[in-house]
Amino acid sequence: MKALVAVKRVVDYNVKVRAKADGSDVDIANVKMSMNPFDEIAVEEAVRLKEAGKVSEIVAVSLGVKGCEETLRTALAMGADRAVHVETDAPLEPLAVAKLLKAVVEREAPQLVIVGKQAIDDDANQTGQMLAALLGWPQGTFASKVEAADGALLVTREIDGGLENVELKLPALVTTDLRLNEPRFIKLPNIMAAKKKPLDKLSVEELGVDIAPRLTVLKVAEPAARKAGVKVANAAELVAKLKNEAKVL
Amino acid sequence: MAILLIAEHDGKTLKSATHHAASAAARVGGELHVLVAGQSVGDVAAAAAKIAGVAKVLVADNAAYAHNLAENVAPLVAELAKDYSHVFAPATTAGKNLLPRVAALLDVMQISDIVAVEAADTFVRPIYAGNVLATVKSADPVKVVTVRTTAFDAAAETGSAAIEAVGAAHDAGLSRFVGAELTVSERPELASAKVIVSGGRALGSSEQFHGVLEPLADKLGAAVGASRAAVDAGYAPNDYQVGQTGKVVAPELYVAVGISGAIQHLAGMKDSKVIVAINKDEEAPIFQVADYGIVGDLFTVVPELVAELSK
Ligand SMILES: Cc1cc2nc3c(=O)[nH]c(=O)nc-3n(C[C@H](O)[C@H](O)[C@H](O)COP(=O)(O)OP(=O)(O)OC[C@H]3O[C@@H](n4cnc5c(N)ncnc54)[C@H](O)[C@@H]3O)c2cc1C
Ligand SMILES: Nc1ncnc2c1ncn2[C@@H]1O[C@H](COP(=O)(O)O)[C@@H](O)[C@H]1O
Repeated sequence: MKALVAVKRVVDYNVKVRAKADGSDVDIANVKMSMNPFDEIAVEEAVRLKEAGKVSEIVAVSLGVKGCEETLRTALAMGADRAVHVETDAPLEPLAVAKLLKAVVEREAPQLVIVGKQAIDDDANQTGQMLAALLGWPQGTFASKVEAADGALLVTREIDGGLENVELKLPALVTTDLRLNEPRFIKLPNIMAAKKKPLDKLSVEELGVDIAPRLTVLKVAEPAARKAGVKVANAAELVAKLKNEAKVL
Repeated sequence: MAILLIAEHDGKTLKSATHHAASAAARVGGELHVLVAGQSVGDVAAAAAKIAGVAKVLVADNAAYAHNLAENVAPLVAELAKDYSHVFAPATTAGKNLLPRVAALLDVMQISDIVAVEAADTFVRPIYAGNVLATVKSADPVKVVTVRTTAFDAAAETGSAAIEAVGAAHDAGLSRFVGAELTVSERPELASAKVIVSGGRALGSSEQFHGVLEPLADKLGAAVGASRAAVDAGYAPNDYQVGQTGKVVAPELYVAVGISGAIQHLAGMKDSKVIVAINKDEEAPIFQVADYGIVGDLFTVVPELVAELSK
């Protein structure tokens, strides 16, 4: 079966993002950008399914600014076969992303779509579920294990109380959790080879999707910082402080 | 204007996440209804009827809803939502699984994980692992919202709402519940615990994780949590993970043992009332948020702490 994975270009997880002084937005000028970590896991899972003979072709899709090409090249270096870039400078909310991805899915007709459970910039945790709804597909969210069976997908999901197993009819959508796999280290020859793999461009207009935002960001601010505490010498002093000062014991 | 709140339950008991989300909904104002979807959920509905401020409990009792499959429950909620200005759910894994699917069916943008209600259409939510808070205003006809439960007190149980059966069955036939492996523990749940003892990579093994932390948790009547590194290494189950992409907690007392304090971990616990850190590296970032820190080897400090608490 054919698999499609969505990869988002986000501020690297090591960067501590700050609000702009005027509170209009976050300040991400000149910060390091990377593939959303959950999307690396998505690509890795697709590649493993391909290596296991369950997936025939992997198409990586990214939506957004020109820089997404770099993210797509990373996906190609990890083992995706082709890339599709829906290029736009417009800000995209998860609903718009889901609608654009739906349009791409309709063109590509994959049996499996894998996306991250959450983009670590907007922390929305929505796109996969929305896409599944728009397609009328089943969803295996927060997956820590995926097995391809006959016409179905067995997904183990990380839920609040532990794990849950569900069986999904194909075509199906999966969102990745941290324990699904450990993404591979990309070797130099694969980076070179990725440069030769096809990367097609699509526009929002071609896909005919209304991406007008539904939310307006009125303000962005940093939360009040905790005030620095004290170091105590030993367990006895700690217990005394917790009892007499903090009064939590 | 009326608000529909999706109840969080396991088929038998109503979860307190519902009570927290109810008090967030109360900030919006308007009549509050709770939807209990499941199979044989009479007890859950009765418990939901007691939540203060709830005017009506809607019960969709059907085998199709037994395991909370989003493919089946989302169309039900979307259908009911036509009569509401807001749909709320706690930002638990169940709420996060279901609500975006509802939002897409309604063609609206969900507002995830709110920590404050500014107006009926304006909410505050953390982004970038809680490094910043965004205030967002929705232009959609129905506001679909998930609630960070730690940001709102639990609503009291002083109500006595009417209970009403609703909804046709939607069995999408797309997915099937196969089974669950739930963590069984005598301890309080992480989400509602007053005290949490959390361990990191430094615990070194599953045996040490449990062997070192549990006596301390016993003394404190605490729930046990973990960093991602500890969960990834298999020292603790996945549902112990505290952080940006795990559980968000805000207990009275959070004890971080052998945890460095990466932003992704801080995102899940920095709203705790009192934070204690035990780490052998005095430069560890966890000390920047800790009210009390002990620089030392956890394998000596934790047993000493247990002994001290036994006095
Ligand atoms: C997409 C993404 C999502 C993430 N989500 C989460 C999340 O939800 N939650 C989360 O926790 N992390 C998350 N992380 C991981 C996070 O970035 C850190 O890697 C992780 O929190 C580190 O765990 P740790 O503190 O246990 O390990 P380390 O960073 O390795 O820290 C171990 C600490 O133990 C101390 N130590 C070692 N030996 C001893 C000893 N004998 N006594 C006392 N102290 C000792 C060390 O000084 C060190 O500070 C995420 C990362 C990514 C990329
Ligand atoms: N602009 C985008 N381009 C490609 N994939 C995206 C984009 N936005 C979101 N996604 C996918 O949707 C997942 C969840 O994102 P979110 O709902 O924003 O938390 C991400 O992990 C990606 O797989």
